[in-house]
Amino acid sequence: MSGQAFSSVGVRVQVRGLRKVFDGQDVLKGIDLAVEAGEIFVIMGPSGSGKTILLKHIIGLESPDEGEILIDGEAIQSESVREKCRMAMVFQSGALLSSQTVGENVGLYLSEHRLKPRREIDRIVAEKLELVGLKGLESRYPAELSGGMKKRVAIARALAMEPQLILYDEPTSELDPLMAVTVAEEILKLKQRMQVTSIVVSHDRDLAFGIADRIAIIHQGRIIAKGTPAAIRASSDTMIQRFLTAEFTNNSRNK
Amino acid sequence: MFQNIGEILVLLWQTLQALPKTVRQRRKVFDQFFEIGIASLLMACILSLFIGGVIALQTGPVLAERGLSTYIGGLVGLSMCKELAPVMMAILIAGRIGSAMSAEIGSMRVYEEIDALRTMNIQPVDYLVLPRLVAIGCALPMLVVFSILVGWLGGALVSSTNQKIGVPFQAYFSNLREMVEPGDVFNGLIKSFVFAVVIGIVSCHQGLQTIGGPRGIGRSVTKAVVNSIVLILILDYFLTRVLLYLEI
Repeated sequence: MSGQAFSSVGVRVQVRGLRKVFDGQDVLKGIDLAVEAGEIFVIMGPSGSGKTILLKHIIGLESPDEGEILIDGEAIQSESVREKCRMAMVFQSGALLSSQTVGENVGLYLSEHRLKPRREIDRIVAEKLELVGLKGLESRYPAELSGGMKKRVAIARALAMEPQLILYDEPTSELDPLMAVTVAEEILKLKQRMQVTSIVVSHDRDLAFGIADRIAIIHQGRIIAKGTPAAIRASSDTMIQRFLTAEFTNNSRNK
Repeated sequence: MFQNIGEILVLLWQTLQALPKTVRQRRKVFDQFFEIGIASLLMACILSLFIGGVIALQTGPVLAERGLSTYIGGLVGLSMCKELAPVMMAILIAGRIGSAMSAEIGSMRVYEEIDALRTMNIQPVDYLVLPRLVAIGCALPMLVVFSILVGWLGGALVSSTNQKIGVPFQAYFSNLREMVEPGDVFNGLIKSFVFAVVIGIVSCHQGLQTIGGPRGIGRSVTKAVVNSIVLILILDYFLTRVLLYLEI
């Protein structure tokens, strides 16, 4: 893989008839999706509806019981897909390597695949960390960071890969509103700069409606709606309306 | 159980296939080598000194009663290099390093770090298992050589200072030189290499199989250590038979 020239354009993702059963329980019940190259596709839904497991299938961490996932027309399980395109995932927990420093974590992909010289990797690491507001923290260990800072390092690690497909699992959870805006802007900038395909799983309605080209709502392992943010907002489905309009009020407090 | 053995063999095969990538992982190999070898040296030294001493203490008076005390050097020498140093060091390393390997990899698995590696197209076998297996495969035989030497010294100290044995240093080592051949040390090295591979692969496999939270990690550590020690003791018997048959 060393020295391999990659295209910087996003990839097309197709999910066809995806089913997954865990311990006899249907977690995904026939998901069909098509995410176009360069699109920001947001998947929303209540907790436990199968969003994260869907992301893990898309990046190849889980194998479907039925159905297939195609990246630019090739099955995700095929060896050649990972050789041809760079895919990154920002995990909800950050999933930083705890035995490595922040700098080593961010530069891990580049150094392990020997894609750049050491000095160039250090420069990229510094640049990506500055981008997420963590300038100068290269030598810290993940255990020394707060939850939000870990999430930002994970985003910097994904950005350092200059991926063609980037999957975000709750990218703004544990972030303060200002940093959430920065992350949202970075997702948009990636799209504008490199036409990266982004699939975002989030509960954050502001983020979803602020950045999405299209939104899918998943409920109990099924996609119950998909379309542009305006179309989703206009949906008459009660479940969708409840999910989109749920608010904490004084009435809730008095219950 | 058979599924576990099958998975362990598959992991071993995958690691052997990844061997040409060792040079790329040399920094991690060196770190692991330091952890296994250098950091275990003091404990190995204490353990071996007392093992050598206790063999001399147990057998010396019996030999002396029969007028065979001059053979104490050879007896301690052969016991240490053929059996005690490889087995005791392997058990020490299984407890000290096998547990650490399974705990580290297990926690990486539980906290999605291994998933993160896979999303970056970094194979856990190349990145985690290979450096550990290469390092333990080199470090354990070296540790065994060290243990043999210290064990001999422990036996010599007891033989010369214990009044019931009363064999001086010179007579002890003279008999040891007479009875112990380089092949006997080589015998111990072959055993220790096989034990090293068993500890490394069983511990890494157990780590990679970890599920659940901290309790799952604890369970993996226990399984890794217990399974390694059981396998070491079973394999020791069969290896001894094979090596006796081959007259090494």
